[in-house]
Amino acid sequence: MGDWKTITVPVLSSDSKNIFPHTSERKRSPTSMNSQVLRSSLPSSKNMHSFFSAFCTEENIEQSISYIDRELTTLGFPSIYAESKGKELNLIAIINCMNELLALQHKNLRAQEEVEMQHLKLGSDMDHLQNCYAKLKEQLELSKREIVGLQERDRQLQSKNRNLHQLLKNEKDEVQKLQNIISSRATQYNHDMKRKEREYNKLKERLHQLVMNKKDKKLAMEVLNYVGRADGKRGAWRTDKTEARNEEEMYKVLLSDYEQRQKQLLLENAELKKVLQQMKKDIISLLPPQKQKLKERSEDGLVLSDQEEDIGDLNKENMWELSCETVREQLTNSIRKQWRMLKNHVEKLDNQVSRGHSGALNEKDVISREDHELETEKLELEIQQCKEMIKTQQQLLQQQLTCDDDTTLLLQDCYLLEERERLQEEWRLFREQKKNFEKERKSFTEAAIRLGLERKAFEEDRGAWLKHQFLSMTADCKSENVTTPSSDPDIRLMKSTSRQRKPPSMLSPTVSPEPCQISQYITQNSVASEKPAADNMPNLWVESDDKEETE
Amino acid sequence: ASCIQHRLVVRDASSLQILQLYTCLDQIQYIEWSSDSLFILCAMYKRGIVQVWSLEQPDWHCKIDEGSAGLVASCWSPDGRHILNTTEFHLRITVWSLCTKSVSYIKYPKACQQGVAFTKDGRYMAVAERRDCKDFISIFVCNNWQLLRHFDTETQDLFGIEWAPNGCVLAAWDTCLEYKVLLYSLDGRLLSSYCAYEWPLGVKSIAWSPSSQFLAIGSFDEKVRILNHVTWKKITELDHPATITNKKIIVYKEVEKSPTVDSERLSFLPTRALASSLFSTQSKYEVAQVPVSLQYIKPVADRANPKVGVGMLAFSADNCFLATKNDNIPNAVWIWDIRKLKLSVVLEQLCTIQYFQWDPCQPRLAVCTGSSRVYLWSPAGCIVVQVPGEGDFQIMSLSWHSSGNSMVLLSKDHFCVCYLEREEV
Repeated sequence: MGDWKTITVPVLSSDSKNIFPHTSERKRSPTSMNSQVLRSSLPSSKNMHSFFSAFCTEENIEQSISYIDRELTTLGFPSIYAESKGKELNLIAIINCMNELLALQHKNLRAQEEVEMQHLKLGSDMDHLQNCYAKLKEQLELSKREIVGLQERDRQLQSKNRNLHQLLKNEKDEVQKLQNIISSRATQYNHDMKRKEREYNKLKERLHQLVMNKKDKKLAMEVLNYVGRADGKRGAWRTDKTEARNEEEMYKVLLSDYEQRQKQLLLENAELKKVLQQMKKDIISLLPPQKQKLKERSEDGLVLSDQEEDIGDLNKENMWELSCETVREQLTNSIRKQWRMLKNHVEKLDNQVSRGHSGALNEKDVISREDHELETEKLELEIQQCKEMIKTQQQLLQQQLTCDDDTTLLLQDCYLLEERERLQEEWRLFREQKKNFEKERKSFTEAAIRLGLERKAFEEDRGAWLKHQFLSMTADCKSENVTTPSSDPDIRLMKSTSRQRKPPSMLSPTVSPEPCQISQYITQNSVASEKPAADNMPNLWVESDDKEETE
Repeated sequence: ASCIQHRLVVRDASSLQILQLYTCLDQIQYIEWSSDSLFILCAMYKRGIVQVWSLEQPDWHCKIDEGSAGLVASCWSPDGRHILNTTEFHLRITVWSLCTKSVSYIKYPKACQQGVAFTKDGRYMAVAERRDCKDFISIFVCNNWQLLRHFDTETQDLFGIEWAPNGCVLAAWDTCLEYKVLLYSLDGRLLSSYCAYEWPLGVKSIAWSPSSQFLAIGSFDEKVRILNHVTWKKITELDHPATITNKKIIVYKEVEKSPTVDSERLSFLPTRALASSLFSTQSKYEVAQVPVSLQYIKPVADRANPKVGVGMLAFSADNCFLATKNDNIPNAVWIWDIRKLKLSVVLEQLCTIQYFQWDPCQPRLAVCTGSSRVYLWSPAGCIVVQVPGEGDFQIMSLSWHSSGNSMVLLSKDHFCVCYLEREEV
């Protein structure tokens, strides 16, 4: 745009004065990079027209054409004149030039737009950066102030700390001083006390002398007669021999006391060693069944063989002789080792369980949580049992200190025998009871079978009886004839039923129901229970007889 | 045996029937039975005379006159045939023999609380001495009163000595200004010395356990430290705080029961006994809920021998319990379980504890507080026993019978015997 401006101004100075306001407009445009640019780049049609008319009028057509041609050639466009040197215009070239000029114009416009966009962007970026900068400056200020405040506080605290240290030192010094005073006073008091005591001793000595002088006359002991010594012996003279004997006795007393104590300690030691060995055995027995991995199994195998040797060795020797340092250390070390192994094993199990919970693992390698818990419960139970066993063993040991080994074995045997006998007795009782139950059950089953049979028979009889009844009801003239033969089977039935009733003792004869019930039975022909029905039979029979007679 | 003014009355222990009556020359201050219960000595300090009476032969008499030497203390020797008299100002201890009428002297005895100690089997006697401002201990054989050992102790001012029940170790402790407990073997060797702290007031009381396994040291800092007989090192410290918070401790509190008055009885003229029972307050034990805070007395700071610290210690006969009294908390008896080394029971009474003593056979503790009730505790529980009778019977002290079936309750000028029934099994 600038180029355009500079060129147009001098050339068209003579032609168009009207252009000046337009060019002045144009001049303004670069300074204000706003839409005015766009506006000026696309001048309004009004300006356009005036501008166009200003440049080329009818008078200066040729001049303007030649000017345009010059401009175009300088810009690199082909000339608009025709090839020949005449003043004929090459229309095609003109149009082409116009087209190219338009394209150039578009391009320039686009570039301008882009530049303007970038300009805007940069402007906003700059604003943003300025804001950030301002904020950061504020923050910096704040933190600087804070730092200053904290420094101030730190200073105050340090000074307080120093004061307190100083106070503490003062107090300590005072305490030290007081202690020194106390000790010096104590020594002074001791010294004074000693002095006074010496004086007192001197007085006592004096008094003693006076008393001793005086007492010869007065001091006396009147006894009616001499009393014998408590133990009946005579008094002995004081000689060297007696002194020696005194010493001897005293040492004897001391020695016996030490011996007793040593015995007690030996017993305790033996007990504790036994307990430790037992614990070792238990630990060993606990370790192998829980191993899952081959690695550990191989380790355990080695360790096991080691420990078995140990156990063998220790068990071979007599317990009472295990008093030397090395053996004692061996035992304790081996127990410590095994306890550590057990601990490691349990820790591994714990880790496995925790890992199994968090991630998926091979089933074979991992002990399931329930199993682990079961095992721990089992272990705890075992530990409890061991503790109880240890307690009871201690008690037993204390009780059986004086007993021989033989008597203890005998006692144990006696207890076992007693228990066995008791168990045998119980077995016998149990067997007898079983037999009785079998018998009863058999009898009950028989009774049930018989009952079933009876019921069947009764049903048959009842059916027959009903038939008879029906027959008797329909045939009046034959009623008496019918009843007599029917009575016999009925009576026979009764007898048989009554006979059959005896063995099953549990079936007790019931009370005969009311006559109305009987009549209901007859009329309804419903099936009542066998017992009342059977018992009812004679009554029914009687009733029916009566009924038949009434009928 | 009991003495009234200048008369000695001997009664039968089970029936309290008077068996003998003796008259002495002067007011009797101290009586003691001989170990075989055949003789009784009556000491009259003012006159400096000791009279000995025999139970088998009432006509037999013996009088020991110390003369101008004066008499401060008198006791039997374990064989029951010698009497040890301590003269005034602790000038000397005279050993009088009833068998041979001979006299022996022990010079420079120490004027302290427990200066003479006999072993339980009566073989040896330890006497604390002081010469030239240094403390010594002499061990004598009681058979023939020969000096066995004589050694010095590293104490500033020896306060007391006591034999262990097994007779092989002697404990000696220093004055309360210095905390030091020394343990000597029978032959005079120093086995060990124990010092818990330096400046504050030290040992107040000491007790051996009956099996000689433990030595309990009660000190002015309200703690009991227990040493074991193997290493003579402290195995535990038992503290006596004023507030009890542990839920496993049973606290028995004595509460006053309001006397129940029967409306029927009021109609009659009340007899004297009834009147006294109406006016005297009954009390019973109640189990108090933990946490309990006990009555605490702040000691006066500027007096000597302050009422602080563990002043009374006693092991039970079966070596299972230890009863202690902290003078700061004067109404409470603390009973510790020795097997667990923990506090098991606290008895809180209404008045200050005067005295307590274990039954020599069973783990039963009898406590008296100066009221007319005696309190018994055993692991099964505790009861309050009221002394029936007229007026006030303020029990100041008590003493068990050696069989554990009865005990004597002493007030200022009366005594009564309490019989305990044995449970029918």
